[in-house]
Amino acid sequence: MAQAETNRRSRPKFVAYLVPLGAVVLALAIGAIMLSLLGANPVEGFRAMLDGAFGSGDALIETALKATPLLFVGVGITIAFRANVINIGGEGQMVAGALLATALALALPDLPAVVMLPTVLLAGIVGGAAWGAVPGALKAYYNVNEILSTIMLNVVAVQLMNFLLRGPMIDPGELERGTRIPQTARLQEGADLPLLFGNGRLHIGPLIAVLAAVAAYILLWRTPLGFRVRAVGLSPDAARYAGIPVKRTIVLAMTMSGAMSGLAGAVLVFGSESHRMVTDGSTVGFTGSAGFNGIVAALFGGLHPIWTIPASFMFGGLLVGGIALQRAVQVPSALIMALNGLVVVFVVASDRWKKRLQEQPARVDDTATDGPVLEAVVDDGGGGP
Amino acid sequence: MKKRHVTWLALVLALMMVLVACGDSTDGTTAGTDAPDETTAPDETTAPDETTAPDDTAPSTDTTAASAEPFRIAIVAPSASNDLAFTQSIVDAVNVIKSEMGNVEVAVTDGTFIVEDAAAAIRGYASEGYDLVIAHGSQYGGSLQEIAPDFPDVSFAWGTAADTFGLDNVYSYEAASDEGGYVMGVMAAALSETGTIGIVGPIEVGDAKLYVDGFEAGAKAQDPGANVNINYTGSFSDVALASEAAQAHAAAGADVMSGTAQMVVGAVGVADEVGALWFGTQANQTSLAPSIVVASQVYHWEVILREIIANLNSGTMGGEIYTINLANGGEVIEFNPGYSLPDEVRQLADAAIAGIIDGSVSTGQ
Amino acid sequence: MSEFFTQAVLIAAVASGIRLAVPLLLASLGETYGQRSGVLNLGVDGIMLLGAFGGYYTVLKTDNVWLGLAMGIGVGVILGLVSAVISVTLKAEQGISGIGIYLFGLGMSDLLFQKLVGTPLPVGSFPKLDIPGLSDIPILGEMLFRHSIIVYVAFGLVPISMYIINRTTFGMNIRAVGENPEAADSLGVSVVRIRYLTVTIGGMMAGIAGAALAIDLGIFQQNLTNAQGFIAIALVYFGAWRPAGVMAGSLLYGFVNSVVLQFKTLGIIPRSWSDIAAMAPAIITILALVLVARRFRQPAALTKPFTRGT
Repeated sequence: MAQAETNRRSRPKFVAYLVPLGAVVLALAIGAIMLSLLGANPVEGFRAMLDGAFGSGDALIETALKATPLLFVGVGITIAFRANVINIGGEGQMVAGALLATALALALPDLPAVVMLPTVLLAGIVGGAAWGAVPGALKAYYNVNEILSTIMLNVVAVQLMNFLLRGPMIDPGELERGTRIPQTARLQEGADLPLLFGNGRLHIGPLIAVLAAVAAYILLWRTPLGFRVRAVGLSPDAARYAGIPVKRTIVLAMTMSGAMSGLAGAVLVFGSESHRMVTDGSTVGFTGSAGFNGIVAALFGGLHPIWTIPASFMFGGLLVGGIALQRAVQVPSALIMALNGLVVVFVVASDRWKKRLQEQPARVDDTATDGPVLEAVVDDGGGGP
Repeated sequence: MKKRHVTWLALVLALMMVLVACGDSTDGTTAGTDAPDETTAPDETTAPDETTAPDDTAPSTDTTAASAEPFRIAIVAPSASNDLAFTQSIVDAVNVIKSEMGNVEVAVTDGTFIVEDAAAAIRGYASEGYDLVIAHGSQYGGSLQEIAPDFPDVSFAWGTAADTFGLDNVYSYEAASDEGGYVMGVMAAALSETGTIGIVGPIEVGDAKLYVDGFEAGAKAQDPGANVNINYTGSFSDVALASEAAQAHAAAGADVMSGTAQMVVGAVGVADEVGALWFGTQANQTSLAPSIVVASQVYHWEVILREIIANLNSGTMGGEIYTINLANGGEVIEFNPGYSLPDEVRQLADAAIAGIIDGSVSTGQ
Repeated sequence: MSEFFTQAVLIAAVASGIRLAVPLLLASLGETYGQRSGVLNLGVDGIMLLGAFGGYYTVLKTDNVWLGLAMGIGVGVILGLVSAVISVTLKAEQGISGIGIYLFGLGMSDLLFQKLVGTPLPVGSFPKLDIPGLSDIPILGEMLFRHSIIVYVAFGLVPISMYIINRTTFGMNIRAVGENPEAADSLGVSVVRIRYLTVTIGGMMAGIAGAALAIDLGIFQQNLTNAQGFIAIALVYFGAWRPAGVMAGSLLYGFVNSVVLQFKTLGIIPRSWSDIAAMAPAIITILALVLVARRFRQPAALTKPFTRGT
């Protein structure tokens, strides 16, 4: 065991992270074939993609902004997955958090900025937490599979959003003019996320997300609560035997996970171009699939909060670059969606190799038979990057 | 190690197979179908030769058309360019402008229902120096309000909406879809034998609401006792639910139907199946059911795009709100020649159109 | 409210509920095989979309609905195999790889549609079949026995699936692999082979579900399924991994949707509440699930990749 450990150590850790990168490259190679079939020049397309994602200061800022919700969701996903709960309700939790935060910002327009911003962000956390706690409790106490309940709650959240933005929360101006666009009024400036460099587009959202990732890391590996979460994830039976309240821990993990997604939703609203909440009738129109893509970012980062930071940035770059690619070579944007899917499939499918490079084989095999859903739960325990 | 390589290879091969398989069912015919597509359909998004270099400063000296800079128009829109509805209406219009003016370069980012991505695309086109950036979705307005001031040299058009935010480089445009809706409502009530009319809508907002309300008003004006059932399914994309909504209308006795937004394409088929008549809007939907589509309200945004471009040429970058309606020819009721409309109903429709144009008929909006 | 209880409306509501249930039933029956053997395929909706486009496009070109259905099967089998490679051989995290397949299917089906078809064109639907005798029963006959052929096919697959899963050696192996792959393996059952088969069956059924949806609607459009594949997965849990339960779930979902539609059409639900009403199917499913989940347990090895030799 110790022998194996030292053998592992001799290989630099970053090698393992080259695997998902390779997977992305492979997916993009297929994208290049598709581009050629569509009659577009792949070289020109990918140059525009790289340029649009990382080529300039503005591009980097766009990428960071796109990465922000991915990182929040990814961190939340990590917490849930460590407790062996598969939270695919990030979409609904984002919407719930955004709705509560927006409702509060609308209800309390006179709050001074110093109080306003923390209040509304907290509301986002609470909204998302509530939307996450429900499937957590259903799983813990009623044995309802969380995959199912989170999918259903996503459906509920989108209709709730449509109802609220069309009715109680709609911009009164829209009613006056009779245009009835389902959106709120521009929110109080006190609720705008402060800009980092005075002007420009970069707000403090990415910074909050990075702090959240660090906090999640500390929580998971430096606190008793984090220990309980991971213990439950490793083996609920052993955890129960050790006196850990398994059910409560599951609910708590889902609540924290939902809270992160809720914060993502709130940051999306208060850091958006329009500084208001708008619906096009679908969840994705608001979230941009961040509730799903965040899961991939988390996986990309090995379900480790700190590694999820660069992973989210890379993935955000891919999405921003995709828009630039579409603009440059004028292919239908459906191609970008298909590429996004390919990247997800390839990254997830290559995960096994990454773990083989990271782990001692003995531990992997242990968990494969009686362990939790995710091998990664045991992955590099307390070791950070 | 070797085994891993083999599995990798298997994965790649498998995915390639899918691509080939998908392409294959198609590949044989690609050449055949593509060619007519490119010539007949004004399918801007697909034209591969239309590539727009990201840096417009790149010299176009090697082209013969270098004499005059092209007028560059970009469209950002929420659904597919060929949706037979909202997005197609603007793409078609811009292509009309292109064929009229000649030296026009068109770029389209369609299918952009993610509002923040639309904002990024709008910003992208603006920073690439397009002359006119069209934000074709009422949900994009909030973002445009923030973006437009950053690009004073670019003109933006936003629709469907009636607000320029007091910015002098933003135009807005809307459709008085209640007018066409009213005319069709009149015809629907006149044609209905059961006195029950069914309408399928997405969510009760914007253009859809305006059309449906106008339709209802027209039907009631023609036949105060008409029973107009309205069903908003709650989704712009659920084709199956919209189809079942049409079935529900049929069960409730409707023999004339209409619907708005892109998810009604299946509902038209249901109307055909149950023997009901159909009125279309946003684009000519006759192709969906040639025997039962009575008429479609078609948008001709080019009417106002011409004015906007004329303004731009004279140096006015924005600040005006345009409406297409029956009077200015931006809205046209296109009758289906394949459906023999009784003369007296046609006269009712013409009277309604005339009345709306001269102001003697109000749609109640 | 009284308008609802007229014969015509009631018949329409039931018939409509059955139609709405069909794609869900087909997809969730297929997913049942995979999950029974321990593999969760979240990519159902993506496979449905590609199956829908394949089916639609084939009918558009050949005017033959059965060829369209065959194309749906073909697309489904290929994507099912791909899913199997990813989840069984590569042991990828099943909840997530499926989302990748979903996004791929969502984008790819739309891309192919835009390049090959463009503007939506209607195609012919499955022929209707009035079951002789039964369809003449008053009311009941109209509700149940005057549907298009694919409806009977879907419901006919329920007893067949029950038989396969519960009464055949193959079915026994599926259940064994899903409950205790190590034991099954030690008895000489190939876990990998069984899972490849079940996931491919699941893909095939999803492909059929998509093709059936597109052909029955007679049209294709971007995101035609509108996430029905995810509902189908939920219904497998709802049905406690049993074909009959899955059928009950599909019907419940279909009926709630059709009743809400009828209510909206008749103005029983005010228009401003239509979004709230649209939540009903999801909420009712969650509640029903709470009742079901207390009594049934999921296959023990569900979502757990199998690694031989410990």
